[in-house]
Amino acid sequence: MGSVLKKYSLFSLVRQSLNYHTGWERAWKSPEPKESYDVVIVGAGGHGLATAYYLGKNHGINNVAILEKGWLGGGNTGRNTTIIRSNYLQDASAAIYEKSRSLYETLSQDLNYNIMFSPRGVIMLAQTHHEARGYQRINSANVIQGIKTEYILPERIKELCKIINIDCPRYPILGALWQPRGGTARHDAVAWGYARACSDIGMDIIQKCEVTGINPHANGAVELQTSRGKIRCQKLGMVVAGHSGVLAQKAGFRLPIESVALQALVSEPVKPCLDVVVMANTVHGYISQSDKGEMVIGGGADQYNNYSQRGSFIHIENTVRALVEMFPIISRLKMLRQWGGIVDMTGDRSPIISKTPVDNVFINCGWGTGGFKSIPGSGWAMAELMAKGEPGVLASPFSLDRFKEGRFIDESVAAGVAH
Amino acid sequence: MLKLVCPYCGIEADETELISGGEAHLKREGPASTDDDFEGYLFLRNNPKGIIFERWRHAMGCGKWFHVARCTVTQEVFGTYPAQTHKPPSRIMEEIKSRRAGQVNGLNSDKAEKFS
Ligand SMILES: Cc1cc2nc3c(=O)[nH]c(=O)nc-3n(C[C@H](O)[C@H](O)[C@H](O)COP(=O)(O)OP(=O)(O)OC[C@H]3O[C@@H](n4cnc5c(N)ncnc54)[C@H](O)[C@@H]3O)c2cc1C
Ligand SMILES: [Zn+2]
Repeated sequence: MGSVLKKYSLFSLVRQSLNYHTGWERAWKSPEPKESYDVVIVGAGGHGLATAYYLGKNHGINNVAILEKGWLGGGNTGRNTTIIRSNYLQDASAAIYEKSRSLYETLSQDLNYNIMFSPRGVIMLAQTHHEARGYQRINSANVIQGIKTEYILPERIKELCKIINIDCPRYPILGALWQPRGGTARHDAVAWGYARACSDIGMDIIQKCEVTGINPHANGAVELQTSRGKIRCQKLGMVVAGHSGVLAQKAGFRLPIESVALQALVSEPVKPCLDVVVMANTVHGYISQSDKGEMVIGGGADQYNNYSQRGSFIHIENTVRALVEMFPIISRLKMLRQWGGIVDMTGDRSPIISKTPVDNVFINCGWGTGGFKSIPGSGWAMAELMAKGEPGVLASPFSLDRFKEGRFIDESVAAGVAH
Repeated sequence: MLKLVCPYCGIEADETELISGGEAHLKREGPASTDDDFEGYLFLRNNPKGIIFERWRHAMGCGKWFHVARCTVTQEVFGTYPAQTHKPPSRIMEEIKSRRAGQVNGLNSDKAEKFS
């Protein structure tokens, strides 16, 4: 199907400004659901939308619906602190996160939608000797994997980040793993850009449509009960992050996943003073400055199972306390907003892109606290899995049966949280 | 702030005094068990959206493990009970029934049995 939407360009901007911006079209259509599709994706977060997009782009499968119980991008994709990096320890992780990071480099052009990818560099601080050794080890692994990272010392950290206090009394800064092409992107724009592109190739994005029941064996098709009626498909992709356990139960299987709240907050906007991303895994403080000037702050995950999208106040307090010690300049900033998302934590803190015990039902989940950075790569790998029925090289290590086989992809060694 | 009453010391403890131990009443597998059994025991979880039976430890208090029945959506707590049991006591099930009449059948009683 050819492109039906007008392209965004400098000319369209000029033309629209002459019209007082009254002529912009809706970025995606909101059709009524059809009775059946080749592929249905449940969950219009970044991963679901990217899966659909690459099904069309890489595999020519366009008869696709993406069903979303709320509004698209309203899950974790619209709630995260947008850190993008690929400096992981295990080869399988490095491969998919670096694929993803490299797709981000040209995603704006690819989607004709400005996702504001900003490879400003990510500093991952080492504040204990254990962590320092861990990051040196990752750095060595990254050299072999061909991912450009560097282990840097406090003076260099201070050069890159003027507002940091390297002599924190409790956890002094010993060094850092530096990925110069890591950074951030605009979270909503990633969802919106993929959604627009999906709609453009003829896919149906159906919002306010909750999947409430799954019958995988309805005369050779998968039949879904939804809040907007029955929908059938040949292949089903579940891409619902924190709600994966709920959906899997409807299809009749259990997952190695627990859902917990992860929180973030933003400050009032201030003048530019921080042009890198700083991650402090020991104390669970993650900070960057948005283009609007707000300090975007992420914390650690809560400790107990939770579906309420609001976390415990003590985690916010711990995070802010730690960051104030590291960045004394922020001590008097007012915080504007605070929120939580429900993240899907697996046993080895690595994701799942896999076939399931049920034929024609595929799952992509378990990205936990760190799956914004992986949206393009994960969609790419999931689309390949769904199109061919077998995983490609990126997805195959992340199959569900690794938990039975004891073949873990253990990324929790260096940091319990992986933003 | 989540607050739970430790069934041993009777103290209403803030969550800062406690450590969460995840889903309760898992069946512990042994040498004769299959790989599937072990996968279920070690990794697979019900992860319910609704009522959960879970383990907590009064880490900064008496140090003991105990059990909690809680709703993962509203954070409502239906009661706490000691760890020396394979399923929720009837007192707790009654409490849940009295407050959540509709939800008990599907989830709780049979799940409590199944994973006891
Ligand atoms: C506070 C916070 C900070 C984070 N920071 C970072 C970071 O800095 N860097 C990073 O890489 N990652 C980060 N993450 C993680 C990242 O946000 C997630 O891994 C990622 O967004 C997951 O995307 P998704 O598309 O899988 O899920 P989501 O965006 O959550 O989308 C899933 C969608 O499925 C829908 N859904 C659920 N059930 C149903 C149903 N039954 N029927 C229909 N639709 C359904 C939901 O409404 C939702 O919109 C953070 C997360 C949080 C919460
Ligand atoms: Zn006690």
